[in-house]
Amino acid sequence: MSVARPLPHDAARLHVTGTARYVDDIPVPAGTLSLVFGLSTIARGRITAMDLSAVRGAPGVIAVITAADLPGDNDVSPSIHDEPLLADGEVFYLGQPLFIVAATSHLAARRAARLAGVTYEELPAILTIDDALAANSRFEGGPVIWSKGDAGAALDAAPHMVEGRIEMGGQEHFYLEGQAALALPQEGGDMVVHCSSQHPTEIQHKVAEALCLPMNAVRVEVRRMGGGFGGKESQGNALACATAVAARATGRPCKMRYDRDDDMTITGKRHDFRIAYRAGYDDEGRILGVDFVQYARCGWAQDLSLPVADRAMLHADNAYFLPAARIESHRLKTHTQSATAFRGFGGPQGVLGIERVIDHIAHALGRDPAWVRQINYYREMAGGGGGPSAPRSPEASPPEDISEPKKTGGAAHRDLASRGSVGAVDEAPGGVPEAPEGVQTTPYHMPVEDFALHAMTAELLESSDYHARRAAVRDWNAANPVLRRGIALSPVKFGISFTLTHLNQAGALVHVYQDGSIHMNHGGTEMGQGLFQKVAQVAAARFGVPLEAVKITATDTGKVPNTSATAASSGSDLNGMAVKAACDEIRARMAEHLAGEHQARPSEVVFAEGEVRVGGASYSFAEAAQRCYLGRVSLSATGFYRTPKVTWDRQHGRGRPFLYFAHGVAVTEVIVDTLTGENRILRCDILHDVGASLNPAIDIGQIEGGYVQGAGWLTTEELVWDGKGRLTTHAPSTYKIPACSDRPDVFNVALWDGGGNREETIYRSKAVGEPPLMLGISAFLALSDAVASCGDAYPALDAPATAERVLAAVEKVRGS
Amino acid sequence: MDQIALLLNGEPVTIRDASPTTTLLDWLREARGLTGTKEGCNEGDCGACTVMVTDDSGARALNACILFLPQLDGKAVRTVEGIAGPDGALHPVQQAMIDHHGSQCGFCTPGFVVSMACAHLNGRSDFDDALAGNLCRCTGYAPIVRAAEAAARQPVPDWIAEDPRALANLHDAAPRARTDAPCVRPGSADELAAWYTEHPDAVLVGGATDVGLWVTKALRELPELAFLNGVDDLRFIDIGTDEVRIGAVTSLTDLHGAMQGLHPSFAEMIRRYGSDQVRNAATIGGNIANGSPIGDGPPALIALGATLHLRKGDAHRSLPLEDFFIDYGKQDRAPGEFVEAVSFPRQPDRLRCYKLSKRFDQDISAVCGCFNITVTDGTVTAARIAFGGMAGTPKRAAHVEAAIIGKPWTEATVAAASDAWAADFQPLSDMRASAAYRLDAARNMLVRYLHEDQGTRTNVLEVRP
Repeated sequence: MSVARPLPHDAARLHVTGTARYVDDIPVPAGTLSLVFGLSTIARGRITAMDLSAVRGAPGVIAVITAADLPGDNDVSPSIHDEPLLADGEVFYLGQPLFIVAATSHLAARRAARLAGVTYEELPAILTIDDALAANSRFEGGPVIWSKGDAGAALDAAPHMVEGRIEMGGQEHFYLEGQAALALPQEGGDMVVHCSSQHPTEIQHKVAEALCLPMNAVRVEVRRMGGGFGGKESQGNALACATAVAARATGRPCKMRYDRDDDMTITGKRHDFRIAYRAGYDDEGRILGVDFVQYARCGWAQDLSLPVADRAMLHADNAYFLPAARIESHRLKTHTQSATAFRGFGGPQGVLGIERVIDHIAHALGRDPAWVRQINYYREMAGGGGGPSAPRSPEASPPEDISEPKKTGGAAHRDLASRGSVGAVDEAPGGVPEAPEGVQTTPYHMPVEDFALHAMTAELLESSDYHARRAAVRDWNAANPVLRRGIALSPVKFGISFTLTHLNQAGALVHVYQDGSIHMNHGGTEMGQGLFQKVAQVAAARFGVPLEAVKITATDTGKVPNTSATAASSGSDLNGMAVKAACDEIRARMAEHLAGEHQARPSEVVFAEGEVRVGGASYSFAEAAQRCYLGRVSLSATGFYRTPKVTWDRQHGRGRPFLYFAHGVAVTEVIVDTLTGENRILRCDILHDVGASLNPAIDIGQIEGGYVQGAGWLTTEELVWDGKGRLTTHAPSTYKIPACSDRPDVFNVALWDGGGNREETIYRSKAVGEPPLMLGISAFLALSDAVASCGDAYPALDAPATAERVLAAVEKVRGS
Repeated sequence: MDQIALLLNGEPVTIRDASPTTTLLDWLREARGLTGTKEGCNEGDCGACTVMVTDDSGARALNACILFLPQLDGKAVRTVEGIAGPDGALHPVQQAMIDHHGSQCGFCTPGFVVSMACAHLNGRSDFDDALAGNLCRCTGYAPIVRAAEAAARQPVPDWIAEDPRALANLHDAAPRARTDAPCVRPGSADELAAWYTEHPDAVLVGGATDVGLWVTKALRELPELAFLNGVDDLRFIDIGTDEVRIGAVTSLTDLHGAMQGLHPSFAEMIRRYGSDQVRNAATIGGNIANGSPIGDGPPALIALGATLHLRKGDAHRSLPLEDFFIDYGKQDRAPGEFVEAVSFPRQPDRLRCYKLSKRFDQDISAVCGCFNITVTDGTVTAARIAFGGMAGTPKRAAHVEAAIIGKPWTEATVAAASDAWAADFQPLSDMRASAAYRLDAARNMLVRYLHEDQGTRTNVLEVRP
């Protein structure tokens, strides 16, 4: 069977030969124009004059478009219509698009865009968390507060307490392929858009709005992205809308790709956070109550910030049972890029908050932090928690009933398919699932029934030789005055599902042709994560054919409509199931027909090894398909899936927002130079839970890459804005993602053999995209451990732990 | 320049009427439809545009986004499309990348494949260095390095070994550049001197690792240009008994090789200077002449007591390197005058170079401290200390030098020199580091030197798990 095999990425051969096509590689029709945005040069103010005559007169310029020239909505927001495509009188951040230049070449457009004469009446800009708090500048009126039990009373009664705060920087996605879109005008005013987007339906919706067209007049195609990481969930809207309106205005195809500096200056990044904490604990280090205040710097527009901040709250427990918890979340509005989705979607910030608390408690008690983590873990269910919640069968579940009417949305302008529509749509009131006897609940009252980290941690402590190495680290530190080692373990428990319940749906379209070849399409997008490969393995397995028989095709809003973003790690969970449903539908029709020909029962028809066997006869899959065609059997089907069990009341912070949890645990060892703060990762050992893997090679790739990206977020990747709101780290020369030598010298990654997902996911697999990023936190904690060896005080390291911050922490610990 | 002749994936190509500042990347993608070579940053920092360039000195990886077409005259260029064989057979590095799951999104992959093919051809196994100029955001690099290691055991394919031979034929056909045009490629220092005297406002292009960005990022027009890649008589490293003399057009890669035996700490710093692609292009003359306060070459050379050699027309002059840097953006160089060479005395190796940056590889220094301290019988008898990143120019730490010369080489002396640092330097805060950290770290670098002398471990890069 094709599932569970470590097959290469479907496009690997295209990648290595340079023939994999990205948006900017698509051959364009003659006359295609290149677009560039003219950008605001101040963070906050009113535009008093915009002289674009020099821009219009520049060589190669065909058109210049301002807000006044737009045919439809001037909005690219995925949430509350607060994000104009082009500034209309006011500017809200430095780098905001003001106008579009359409020229005969990319270079001509770039040159022309710099010739604008814009004058502003500058207004005071709110740039930092402190600025925003002072000005009470925020989204959603006031803070959101969720609680369980009486955290205040628990803190008062606790024998010990730690208190502190951690600042954590944002993160630039640095997808290697910058944002890009190509709009091709069609007859009758229709538009086809090729773009690098995780959310083709969102692009379709925004382009339709921008052109005053119904969604059926816009078709969006995405074959692949050169990386997404959340940065292409909503941030591609502006380019797609710009190319569409320019194509409408000029009647010519229009392409836009951001130069890297523009990309980093214009687009949103991971939210930077400040988390203040107070935690009460007993003599062993067991947490009795915790109070978090999370401050998220959201930037100038709402974008996806509310669900991001929600997810930070939802992961404020990470893997730990908090008997009483109060979590207060401030969503602060500043005159900076609008922070957006980034792998983990607020989860990593929430997790880092509680990991800091545990680290702080362990330091105060002088105990091994790994041990303090273990005693705070959620209780494991009887039987290890890994068992299935329903009987397993190789066939898995029958296709979902697609005849049940779906709840339909309201006015057409509502952005129902966006995670940003939280609060803007009628959300189903979430019921609170009853916790079975003996099952602990999260701070949002969800029973934790599938906790796997006790056994995983024990296995990793053993395989990584943690205790002996921890002793060796202490010996080293006693003997070395300048270089200090540190070691730390950190776990992750990550909730899988969109927290906006209705997004947990997916569609697929599968055709079987007369020659037995299969055309597969679904609503998910490929950004490198191997989704297409995994889902093709599912399709091949359902038909019992070799993988080569399945053609993977570009995501296309004309084939599968109303898709959710490929986000929240949910790609293979959702689309794998939808494709399976479509394949099973066709297979059932084929089985019925062939069984009829052989006086057999459909259940006796076997699809395996490229053959279809029935009643003693054996056909190649192609022959079987031909027989069905001649028998006038439909060989095309759609498939649909919606995640069961999830229900969520965001207002009150109660419910079951996640179908299940994915787990992982990592041990990292680092070395620190206490004279300069320079540091590096020496070794990392990871044990990660992907359920029953659909493709172990792809899953390990996600884990390795996620870890390095997470470690980068917390070490070298520093975003710096100057006092005027200008991002000064807007290129790889100044913004430093990990390079080759930054990966751990020793890097051991293993998949947890925990018996698969207890929930009925596709072949009992688990989502893998986001969770491993949080394993990078172990590197940050190891740095803190190394710094702590320099003195008695707690390092209270902030992130990113650049050499500068590490040295500052060393000096603090030394009391110098 | 009239025309440019090169080999592209084994085929001879003649380019006429191209703007001299057209980048190889734009030409490949837009004029040739070779879209396998990607634009990731357009400033030479990500490696997605890496191409293999072969000439008499061999094959090397370069960033196509900051290479101008005239720099390729007479050379062989291989893009990712030319790494596989003419019949579609995969190069061993390509097959290994598939087998080891080295690509995820695939956008950086062509650049990696080309860098790996260069390393494979040159028999390199230092993959962390060979791939330091290629950024990947998906894989965390581990599978890529596994692929590179696996491919190293395979032979070099025939088609890759073809270029030097085919190049010989191209040389016969290569035209000479005119010498009176606004854009020239002089064939000697004399030709350069004569032309530059007549065109004193021209820009001299060495490796274009800096000038490239004037074009791709600042969008500057450069009407008069001289490309120095044909000035072979300024590409030399003479290691004499008394003096080391380095021609201005010497690449950082070549300088790295020469310094390994003489001043290994300098070589180690050069290993971290830019990336392989950048060092293969960048020249030491350019590193000095552009006057950057954060270039890594000058502090080391100043600490070695280097002399700079300038030429204008037929007039030559020499001056201590530190005197060349007058102020931020201002150097002691007359119009039409150019850097010919830099030299420094042969000496026992007491040089230590400390490059401090957010990331170890391919990063510009926040602070670059170079210390050349002679200790005789426990006493500091000579000290030359120079820094980058601490002032508007590369600058000597004169007060610190004075504070330690003649003193015993001890912690007490280093501590006593503590106040001298602020007298020497008033650094700025920027996106790389704060002023306070710069000063702190600089001060601690002297402590590090002392620790090193005492045999204490001080370098995190030398520690293995």
